[in-house]
Amino acid sequence: MFELLGISPQALYGQLLIGLINGSFYAVLSLGLAIIFGLLNIINFSHGAQYMMGAFVAWIGLTQLPQWLGNPDFVINYWAALVLVPLIVGAFGVFIERTMLRRLYKLDHLYGLLLTFGIALIIEGLFRDWYGVSGQQYEIPEVFQGTINLGFMFLPKYRAWVVVAALTVCFLSWYVIERTKLGSYLRAGTENPRLTQAFGVNVPLMITLTYGYGVALAAFAGVLAAPIFTVSPKMGADLIIVVFAVVVIGGMGSIFGAIVTGIGLGLIEGLTRVFYPEASAVVIFVIMAIVLLVRPAGLFGRER
Amino acid sequence: MKKKLMFMAIAAAFLGMAAVVPAQQAKLSGGVVKIGILTDLSGLYSDLSGQGSLVAARMAIDDFLKQEKNPFKIELVSADHQNKGDVASNKAREWFERDGVDMIGDLVTSSTALAVMPVAKEMNRVTIVNGAASTNITGKACTDLNVHYAYDTFALAIGTGRAVVKQGGDSWFFLTADYAFGHSLEKDTSDVVTAMGGKVLGAVRHPFPGTDFSSFLLKAQASGAKVIGLANAGTDTTNSIKQAAEFGITPKQSLAGLLMFITDVHSLSLKTAGGMYLTEGFYWDFSDATRAWSKRFFDQHKRMPTMVQAGIYSSTMHYLKAVKDAGTDEAKAVVRKMKDTPVNDFFAQNGRIREDGRLLHDFYLLQVKTPAESKGPWDYYHVRQVIPAADAAIPAAKSECPLLKK
Repeated sequence: MFELLGISPQALYGQLLIGLINGSFYAVLSLGLAIIFGLLNIINFSHGAQYMMGAFVAWIGLTQLPQWLGNPDFVINYWAALVLVPLIVGAFGVFIERTMLRRLYKLDHLYGLLLTFGIALIIEGLFRDWYGVSGQQYEIPEVFQGTINLGFMFLPKYRAWVVVAALTVCFLSWYVIERTKLGSYLRAGTENPRLTQAFGVNVPLMITLTYGYGVALAAFAGVLAAPIFTVSPKMGADLIIVVFAVVVIGGMGSIFGAIVTGIGLGLIEGLTRVFYPEASAVVIFVIMAIVLLVRPAGLFGRER
Repeated sequence: MKKKLMFMAIAAAFLGMAAVVPAQQAKLSGGVVKIGILTDLSGLYSDLSGQGSLVAARMAIDDFLKQEKNPFKIELVSADHQNKGDVASNKAREWFERDGVDMIGDLVTSSTALAVMPVAKEMNRVTIVNGAASTNITGKACTDLNVHYAYDTFALAIGTGRAVVKQGGDSWFFLTADYAFGHSLEKDTSDVVTAMGGKVLGAVRHPFPGTDFSSFLLKAQASGAKVIGLANAGTDTTNSIKQAAEFGITPKQSLAGLLMFITDVHSLSLKTAGGMYLTEGFYWDFSDATRAWSKRFFDQHKRMPTMVQAGIYSSTMHYLKAVKDAGTDEAKAVVRKMKDTPVNDFFAQNGRIREDGRLLHDFYLLQVKTPAESKGPWDYYHVRQVIPAADAAIPAAKSECPLLKK
């Protein structure tokens, strides 16, 4: 049996698998960011907060709602949350786009970034004030409790589901945008909004819905994350910087790039944790610096 | 005429007061005792300290003024150090130089405490560390103007480490937060484990703060150690515990949460945390005195106090009494007085501040109750053992603090 720097292949497979799981989270989150940036030219800094909202709304639906309504039957369970929460948080995104973001499209990127950053701080502050930072626990749904013995590791069933769900959503989003007629409208709308509008396509509505969809993706990732991580107001802020790095490496606005880079960087991060855990928080940024030096538009981005 | 007399009498009374007050306050810098609570108001330690620390400090000031009948003016200021050493030391300098702050309290992360202490020493002001835990605070980095009040990693290691080894957990692997506090906790616990004949099989250092601990937990699993020591805190600890259960690591291997606060247990719920051992310097449900004070705290803050918040109250009170007794807010005189006076309140019985600044007081080895054992909200711990003050601090002979070598 070969050993690599004292790491047995079993341990290595385990770590790679965990990298894949984290990579799927990065992929869903960076996909949402990439869609928003690609179609709206807005750097959505509140993405992390919207991810956190997703987890919180799911938790509220499961544990708080029955108390508020005084009826223990009125519970939004995990499966309902998976559908409902992205809709609720997505609607919140639509509200933000309609009332605020809309006014910034003609200005520099920086304004959108500042606005969304401000919104993120407000959302986080509100949740911190309401629920504190220690965090809340969301039970893993019963079907997914327990582990599967893979021989080289015990894989929690829930984590396996996360990979499947995340990759399915990523693939569907990519397919719709790149391969369907609706997607072609979207792409045309960003390329040349006035001309597209002249063909009778309602571009402003499309942009609103796109932002809503990007936000819904963040909320979806939040619901997926709720049973694994402590649901706390800080959970988004901890993740968002990494996700931004993923988008930059993949190429701003490149949808395919965001998915592939998300998974790839999850794997690389996982490997770093095996060989030099202290560096695991930095490795993504080191890669980002190198990629920016060699290919300023990112791995999959187009130079404009 | 009558009116004139009355006016003169009132004027005289005012003049008299004006003459008396400065005489009493003559030795207070700026005519006021200014306390700065420098704490984590927004980050991952803000539940165990944060707003609750401010509530506790405010309570101490109000109680002191009431008990001592307003002997002098006290002001309270606060700021968020964001758990960053540089932010903390800049704020401390600003407070000392511009705002005339006399004492800085709390300092939740070891890196912030270690950054602020030298600034305070340089400016001749007092620091009272409650939130941070590194033993370096009263070790290599000790100063004669600092008091380390609530707890340190040595006490945690002695309490939890010993108890777990005694239960048969004699091989350990550490999951360590990669900064001063984590290293200190890992080292102190390793020392306890090896001294008791146990073995330390390894350690993995994770970035602080982290989110996903599964990679590190797999390493710990592969080590085959009976006990995985969690040398981290806050959401890092709760996430580690939650994910260990998810990966089926517990209950085959057991976890030792080396620093857990009651707020962490509250977050984890008894279902997940039940049965774990932990060490704290304070538990609200220990005696009538702790219950009485904690209830007052709860009424204001809607959560039971952590040992940090209880320590803030007790230390602020002790500090203010020392200022009154010393008749000055000059740092050296006040700390001298604090060290010469024993602490006797709900927090510490016959507590004494040693020359290196460490408050010697009893600690408690606690076991988290299971949901069936708990009688209601915040009824979380069995007190399994009281660890006497003398055992819970580094012996003077082994200390690296030069102040103890005199």
